[in-house]
Amino acid sequence: MPPHGPMRAPAKPKNAKGTFRRLVSYLAPHKGKLLLVAGCILISTAASATGTYLLKDVVNSYISPLIGQAAPDLTPFANFLILMMGMYLAGAVSTLVYNRLMMLVSTGTLNRMRKDMFLHMEDLPIRYFDQRTHGEIMSRYTNDTDTMREFLSQSFPQAVSSFCSVLFSFCYMVSLNIWLTLLVIVLMPVIFSITKVVGKKSGANFVAQQKAVGELNGFVEETIEGQRVVQVFCHEQKSIAAFEQKNENVRVAGTRANIFASILGPIMNNLGHVNYVIIALVGAIMIINGYTNTGVLISFLTFTRQFSMPISNLAQQMNVIMMALAGAERIFELLDEPVEADGGYVTLVRAKKDEQGNIVECKERTGMWAWKHPHKADGTVTYTEWKGDVVFEDVTFGYVPEKIVLHNISLYARPGEKIAFVGSTGAGKTTITNLINRFYDIQGGKIRYDGINIEKIKKDDLRRSLGMVLQDTHLFTGTVKENIRYGRLDATDEDIVKAAKIANADFFISHLPNGYDTMLTGDGANLSQGQRQLLAIARAAVADPPVLILDEATSSIDTRTEALIEKGMDELMKGRTVFVIAHRLSTVRNSQAIMVLENGVIIERGNHEQLLAQKGKYYQLYTGMFELS
Amino acid sequence: MTQEKKKKDSILNLLKYAGKYKWPLIFCPMVMIGEVAMETYIPKLIQRLIDEAIPNSAQSGEMSQVLICGGLMIAMALISMGFGMAGSYLGAKGGMGFGRNLRQALFEKIQRFSFKNIDKFSTASLVTRITTDVNQTQNTLIMLVRMAFRSPIMFLMSLFYAWQMNPSLTSILFVAVPLLALGIVIIMRSAFPRFQIMMKKYDILNREVQENLIAIRVVKAFVRSAFEKKKFGDAADEVTNAQRSAEKVVLWNGPLMQILMYGCIVSVLWFGGQQIIRGEMGVGALLTFITYITQILMALMMLSFLFVGIVLSRASISRILEVLNEEPDIANPESAATHVKDGEIEFDHVGFSYAGDKDNLVLQDINLHIKAGETIGLIGATGSAKTSLVSLIPRLYDVTTGTLKVGGRDVREYDIHALRDQVAMVLQKNVLFSGSIKENLRWGDENATDEEITAACQAAAADEFVRSFPGGYETDLGQGGVNVSGGQKQRLCIARALLKKPRIMILDDATSAVDTATDSRIREALRSQMPDTTKIIIAQRITSVMDADRVVVLDNGKIADVGTHDELMARCDIYRDVYLSQQKGVA
Repeated sequence: MPPHGPMRAPAKPKNAKGTFRRLVSYLAPHKGKLLLVAGCILISTAASATGTYLLKDVVNSYISPLIGQAAPDLTPFANFLILMMGMYLAGAVSTLVYNRLMMLVSTGTLNRMRKDMFLHMEDLPIRYFDQRTHGEIMSRYTNDTDTMREFLSQSFPQAVSSFCSVLFSFCYMVSLNIWLTLLVIVLMPVIFSITKVVGKKSGANFVAQQKAVGELNGFVEETIEGQRVVQVFCHEQKSIAAFEQKNENVRVAGTRANIFASILGPIMNNLGHVNYVIIALVGAIMIINGYTNTGVLISFLTFTRQFSMPISNLAQQMNVIMMALAGAERIFELLDEPVEADGGYVTLVRAKKDEQGNIVECKERTGMWAWKHPHKADGTVTYTEWKGDVVFEDVTFGYVPEKIVLHNISLYARPGEKIAFVGSTGAGKTTITNLINRFYDIQGGKIRYDGINIEKIKKDDLRRSLGMVLQDTHLFTGTVKENIRYGRLDATDEDIVKAAKIANADFFISHLPNGYDTMLTGDGANLSQGQRQLLAIARAAVADPPVLILDEATSSIDTRTEALIEKGMDELMKGRTVFVIAHRLSTVRNSQAIMVLENGVIIERGNHEQLLAQKGKYYQLYTGMFELS
Repeated sequence: MTQEKKKKDSILNLLKYAGKYKWPLIFCPMVMIGEVAMETYIPKLIQRLIDEAIPNSAQSGEMSQVLICGGLMIAMALISMGFGMAGSYLGAKGGMGFGRNLRQALFEKIQRFSFKNIDKFSTASLVTRITTDVNQTQNTLIMLVRMAFRSPIMFLMSLFYAWQMNPSLTSILFVAVPLLALGIVIIMRSAFPRFQIMMKKYDILNREVQENLIAIRVVKAFVRSAFEKKKFGDAADEVTNAQRSAEKVVLWNGPLMQILMYGCIVSVLWFGGQQIIRGEMGVGALLTFITYITQILMALMMLSFLFVGIVLSRASISRILEVLNEEPDIANPESAATHVKDGEIEFDHVGFSYAGDKDNLVLQDINLHIKAGETIGLIGATGSAKTSLVSLIPRLYDVTTGTLKVGGRDVREYDIHALRDQVAMVLQKNVLFSGSIKENLRWGDENATDEEITAACQAAAADEFVRSFPGGYETDLGQGGVNVSGGQKQRLCIARALLKKPRIMILDDATSAVDTATDSRIREALRSQMPDTTKIIIAQRITSVMDADRVVVLDNGKIADVGTHDELMARCDIYRDVYLSQQKGVA
């Protein structure tokens, strides 16, 4: 019983047929098992139906003839019962087998579905994650897979088994009396139409309930998230009143949905009884008129009960099946999202220089890397040494094509240079750095890396060559050591300690309860924001890339601590091309070039002294105050 | 779990929240009993129909007996249907009503929580309790009122009718029922720990997805998707294995039930058949007897489901009770003062610890007297307890030692709302709510006129950008205020606090994302427009505090020095250090 998250999605699938077909294709690898399941269900329901059929035989052939005998011979009766028990056993064993097989199929399918989803998700572009809330994506792993589980392990086999029962009962009924069977068929539409009406109501109310619950959950999340503000503004009574109204909506919608969902049971059950009586009456009339006999009618009546029960069962499964299809549809939707396109073919390889001074590829660690550039036209391969030279040529970019946020950005960073971006929130600083690593693709212009258009470089190799410390620091569940090692998986413990020392994180790490082996949980919730940033810096330091991007990497570290890690940072930046976005002008002062951004345009550029001499925006910011954000 | 603890987590302890919905909850089991009474009687009618009415009418050629018997059966079926539908209605009405009241009680309790209470529970866990846990409990209650009486009564009545028909055949149940009960107990006992393991594995799997969603940029920047895929694959396999190991046990339920039922049927046929042969029983009775045996075993099975449901809901109930039993640790005093005279603040040997631990104080021996209308700057390194210090003023937390006076009175003597109305605090982690900008600003003063709102926004340097939005003050902010930038959000939060027209205004790093020119404009507006209001400004940058009347330097929870900018520059090393670290490079 997996945990249930807040439910939000509507219950109806948009394209039930297509989704169903696709789901079937998902089950295809289990074809053999599913065939066996079908066989077992057949045996199991056949055993149960035949058992009912044989009741007549037991009474007519083995019990009735012996009535009144002084010393009846019970052997044939006993043998028949043993036979019957054997058949029943076969039925029970089949049930066990198909339950077990179905369990394997459903868990296996879910496993594959989860993996497919995650594998696909990891390859989706950043843009996909920007456009959706985490909850929305998360619910596909929780709610939607849950309904799939219920569908595969319960509803699906039950539906098949109900269908088989109806089929078997029907066959036996036909063999008993075709006219009474026709009567049953005539009565069916009544039952179906009631099911349909109630089912429709139930579905509509279910959607209304989901909507009310979604609204309530949204309100609860927001209010509790801002609970401190609620209290500081003495807003408690108003929040309670707003909650009460939404809560009442949930109650009303929930009550209706629940009534309609549970009312079907007693209706169907008792209509079965009415059905039964009608057939008994008609049957009695037929007996009186000599169309059939008592024994047949009794058997037939037993089947009438066996016939109506699975039908109401099928009706109740329909809701679950619809929900599962809606869930499957959302899962497939994720799987259909186009993955991050990568047309790059230039890769990063270890290299060395041969005697003639040419760059050649090699296996061993040389500390030297090169871009391997295959040329399709003539089949040759050229190598370019990896230096960390980045050039923007007239770059234009917008998150949506209609709304350009960066206009005609041109800049260059020579190997070993430090380039800084300054400007207010929303000026486009972070966006620029997100273009270098191709989190987003540009709309116009070119970005060249060591002279190569970055669109030609394989994304993985491009990103591996860039070290990033992001604005929002994120850590993973695991030890401190594992988190630092995230930067380079083959880093030794010494490398990690060295990196931590550069970031000035060694001091606080060694004061943690288990030092480098301290477990971090919940995105590093047990660390302060500043400590988390130090770990992120250490993580980038251990990766040791020639190009570093520091996006507000020290914003939560107070200025005194920052002064302490400055030496480490200087060491980290030495010999590397560094792009730095910083809050404090003191951090960017010694950059070779400072770009002042405003509304996506570089309005000033130059080094600190040049910019001061220009007496423009930078000068204003710098002299008016010492800082900017 | 101890016996006592188990008892405490029972759903019965929550029943008082049913309130006016207790009536449907009481009537629901009653109508369910009515339904069961009909349901268990119908097989007897069937027997009469088959054994007497049909053969008799076949012989006599007249239908009266069949009509009477059939009519009776239809009537009972309709009554049963009526009861069943009433049960659905009452169960839903009562259960959902109970859920509503429980949710309301939880929410209201959380509204009364102090900051300390909130710190104890995480936001996510409080949300889960109000949503998922209440739903789970409410569904258990609905199942309980529908089934708790229905199943045992079905069991007893079927047993009674069966025994009435044929006491000796009923003894078959003496074998079958204990076997079924034993089987269910064995299955459940072995399944429970396995399900618990499975839940844990699920948590790990979900955490894995969650972390990847949050940190997708880190994963991509470090090209670690292969690594993450492997990690997820392992977690998914573990879930699958745990799931298989648990379900493997549970799936014995069905075959167990089938075997026992079939066993009973064959036994009834064998022993009952001999009784028929000896003339002790009729043929129709045999079939009816089988129906009763089936109902008895079914009722037992339902009871076991009920039991499982109750056990599973226990975790939710215990989480709900944890919140309901949490005492808000800050309560209004009796005969509370409702008037705050002025914005004078006095810290007298104040010590504070979040845990209330006198030996491990975050703030130590704070002595500080702030005059009404004074502007105080507060500066210190991360973790020096600046926020803790100001949180004491609106009594978001209570002091651990010493006393804190506002307007000449101990803060603990005021009505909390009266105090907080006069102490406006712009929090470091601030939030706006969904709704229009105007609605958000009215949090400060719900009766504020449009002119007052505009004036507050002008003072907070927000009016200009608000007007630049197409919707102006009616612009919808979206959940959590996502439609404005960080700096804009901070300015709106300041405007919201200004509308309170408080005696004390606290800005806790409230302008960190606002550029310095705007920052100084806001400070200037505060100074000129609110001369009598005491202003406390926490900041990282020295520029934000250097023009304050006095600056307090906090270091490791102690006041290191208090003085004007010039005084501190002259005598305080820490202050000078901070100043220089921000000054570097200035010619």
